[in-house]
Amino acid sequence: MKVAVIVFPGSNCDRDMYHAAGEIAGAEASLVWYTDTHLLDDVDGILIPGGFSYGDYLRSGSMASTSDIMNKIREHAEKGKPVLGICNGFQILTESGLLPGALMRNKHLSFMCHQEELVVEDNENIFTTLYEKNEVVRFPIAHGEGNYFCDDETLLELKDNNQIVFTYKNNPNGSVSDIAGIRNKAGNVLGMMPHPERAVEALLGSDDGLRLFQSLIANWRSSNAVNA
Amino acid sequence: MKKVQVYITLKQGVLDPQGKAIQTSLHSLDYPEVEDVRVGKYIELQVEEGPDLEKRVTQMCEQLLANPVIEDYRIELEGAR
Repeated sequence: MKVAVIVFPGSNCDRDMYHAAGEIAGAEASLVWYTDTHLLDDVDGILIPGGFSYGDYLRSGSMASTSDIMNKIREHAEKGKPVLGICNGFQILTESGLLPGALMRNKHLSFMCHQEELVVEDNENIFTTLYEKNEVVRFPIAHGEGNYFCDDETLLELKDNNQIVFTYKNNPNGSVSDIAGIRNKAGNVLGMMPHPERAVEALLGSDDGLRLFQSLIANWRSSNAVNA
Repeated sequence: MKKVQVYITLKQGVLDPQGKAIQTSLHSLDYPEVEDVRVGKYIELQVEEGPDLEKRVTQMCEQLLANPVIEDYRIELEGAR
């Protein structure tokens, strides 16, 4: 499986994502600078890393969401190919409309950087099949604007379609319904604030994030068994 | 050229933690009469005049300047200079 890690000016988790998906989980990963849109033509999955793209100008993720490469990513998502956005990547996905809602300033204003316990609410999508439903996992969080907000109607829709993939056990930032990560209706786009790519080696505190990348690769292999 | 002023505020019902913190600080400076604080953004544009000016600025707000999920906006057009 070929995956591209998109690098915007100001991305800073791109190397971690590359390391986790490529060197640890075994995908054929590449780092793609945001102007090299043609390099996405033959990739099977797109990973949008964390950081502070464009210095978080205007709103986190808003400037990146208007870049040309987002049109390519949108096409890719519409074809049903996987797109994963972590942290700033999640903010970019909501700003570009690929996922509903918005990420606002943390309830207590401060930037938070520590491990959080998450509950796997949905394991019937390509990103979480190797987890048990309701399993508790530990991922680091590192954000100042991770307070997920959506209106009541959208929240109801997210719940009805099982689009809430991860929730916080002890909500750190004020997100509605403790939401830490959501997917689109089709199930091929996942956005989350916590960092699975920083939890792929037990030596560094937790390897609970590894199965997310392994799920993605295993599901791609089984649906592309002929030419895998 | 026309000066266009765009005011962006959080929607009613959306929690504004920054506003709350400012309110608390104002209270501690002995301004107990402050009942609510909402923080917003002010954006000033110089735009070439055209028949669809207001419509196009509205589109700019919808597409980029504001996030309609959490924010409202108000546009003010000033006289030509």
